[in-house]
Amino acid sequence: MNSSAVSLREMIESVVETHRGKIGALLPVLHSIQDQLGHIPPESVPMIARELNLSRAEIQGVIGFYHDFRTEPVGEHIIHICRAEACQAMGARDLEEYASERLGIAYGGTTADGKFTLQPVYCLGNCACSPSVRIDDDLHARVTSPKFDELISALEAQD
Amino acid sequence: MAVKIYVPKDATACALGSDAVADAIGKAAQGRGIEVEVIRNGSRGAFWLEPLVEVDSGDGRLAFGPVTPEDIPGLFEAGFPGEADHILALGTIDGVAWLASQQRLTFARAGWTDPLSLDDYCSLEGYDGLRKALKMEPQAIVDEVKESGLRGRGGAAFPTGIKWQTVLDTPADQKYIVCNADEGDSGTFADRLLMEADPYQLIEGMTIAGLAVGATEGFIYLRSEYPHCKAVLTEAIRRAEQAGYLGESICGSGKAFRLELRIGAGAYICGEETSLLDSLEGKRGLIRFKPPLPAIKGLMGKPTVVNNVLSLGAVSTILARGAEHYRDFGTGRSRGTLTVQLAGNIRRGGVVELPFGDSLRDLVEGYGGGTASGRPVRAIQVGGPLGTYLPEAHWDVKLDYESLAEIGGMLGHGGIVVFDDTVDMAQQARFAMEFCAVESCGKCTPCRIGSVRGVEVIDRVIANQERKFNLTVLDDLCDTMVDGSLCAMGGLTPYPVRSALKHFPEDFNR
Repeated sequence: MNSSAVSLREMIESVVETHRGKIGALLPVLHSIQDQLGHIPPESVPMIARELNLSRAEIQGVIGFYHDFRTEPVGEHIIHICRAEACQAMGARDLEEYASERLGIAYGGTTADGKFTLQPVYCLGNCACSPSVRIDDDLHARVTSPKFDELISALEAQD
Repeated sequence: MAVKIYVPKDATACALGSDAVADAIGKAAQGRGIEVEVIRNGSRGAFWLEPLVEVDSGDGRLAFGPVTPEDIPGLFEAGFPGEADHILALGTIDGVAWLASQQRLTFARAGWTDPLSLDDYCSLEGYDGLRKALKMEPQAIVDEVKESGLRGRGGAAFPTGIKWQTVLDTPADQKYIVCNADEGDSGTFADRLLMEADPYQLIEGMTIAGLAVGATEGFIYLRSEYPHCKAVLTEAIRRAEQAGYLGESICGSGKAFRLELRIGAGAYICGEETSLLDSLEGKRGLIRFKPPLPAIKGLMGKPTVVNNVLSLGAVSTILARGAEHYRDFGTGRSRGTLTVQLAGNIRRGGVVELPFGDSLRDLVEGYGGGTASGRPVRAIQVGGPLGTYLPEAHWDVKLDYESLAEIGGMLGHGGIVVFDDTVDMAQQARFAMEFCAVESCGKCTPCRIGSVRGVEVIDRVIANQERKFNLTVLDDLCDTMVDGSLCAMGGLTPYPVRSALKHFPEDFNR
């Protein structure tokens, strides 16, 4: 076993230890792993299964069911564009088209430089000041195409 | 003495730059040698005025909004933080009609307090309800909630007291209180506002619920799309534990109530209570068959109260002020106050809390001030993504559960999304099906497959392919989804579709 597999195993053991005994520990465990690594590596599934005494299929099923969980690495920043009705009423359809063009990626894609991943989201609870965009944990309101451009340019300049 | 200046830390206020405004005020004051204390309060839900800055003048609060960091030098020039003659000066906050004309019970503290300060909370009737509940028998607490007429604010409007009675009457070694904070409907943010502006109100309500039904454990299931809220609730729970309002012996009573925050993982369906319970158990969020009701067999098969944030929030007010006080607001079978959220293309969006009885038009034209774009309103979707699209002919409908049901609509969680005349209603109908396809849990066929077929059929209608035939197929498909789906997701998706077709047929025939 190589060293990265050992460190992954140790990390998972420690995460599971924090949540062991809780009702429905699997979701908090998956969240913790993703918070630390940015995604849930496929090789972690059998390790989680053993620790929580679940089948690999059960874990795979949970990862696949929820939009948040990812098994592939993502960009440095995750950009969520709200696609829901309140944002549509304020031009979200145009914004998503612009964002996709500006970044050169479709939903689910990551830019070639590994900087941005684009994701759809259905409501960010900011519906009185639409359209809404979430970049990592920061929420942005009334995002027009020029404002989106500003936000992205500021992040691009940050190196 | 330092002048107290309030700058909201709510998610929407932050999205509009309130952090930078708070910074700029601090720096400008320092530069001018004015001693100020910047307090990050909760929002009042007047989101059109955010960032809404308030100054404690010693005689009421002076309000300014919406303030950007660029406005700060000008404001100080004009006399801020004193009474400033400035275009953003709104007078005292009590004089802002949009807020003053509301009847706030659940949102009474929002904006007045530092959301995390227990002292602030307790100085404004906070924990009065719990103190009363601790002296009452469980049945008496349940009776109080029953008498208030409170109905679930999540969407289904089921009488809260009756749900609690079932849990109280079901013997078990363990019972649970679960707060459904998976506020997924587009156009709704009242739960978020309450949790961010007044988190202890929810925590108190859940504790009272625990005492009422004999549950010692509670969970708040919060959607992952609300990171601000997660931070506030995490800290509020920690402080409530530390102060003895949660834990093994609440307020030294010897009665236990432990509370845990759980985060969803981006699945709209987990707002449905049985799906939420499966998710809490660490599984895929699949719908369960009902019966058994969660009140009898809920989390881990134990009797469980599942209530919405606003329902549990209302409970602390009901206990503090009495069932009668709450019931005296409202109309017919819709008692207490109604919380609506004005969203979408709206000039003055935000949270409005009123006794039931106002019309949709009063809300959208009065409070909302029409569209943000300045164009005429064309369609209003009430009740979230599964709610009907209403044309102007229906805007005089009273906003209560029964009146909306009479015209084939539903109040749901009180989301009101306004569209101007540029909206393409065929695209909105298509989106309703698309959303269902993305978010269906997949357990029942009408919802899982029906929604996918729905998108295809609507596309053919829009493309004018065998129009009459495809409209018949769509109608038939809608019937199947309404009659054959296991839960409201598949069962209500045809409502926005059919209302768009019925009221705006011209959009399907371009």
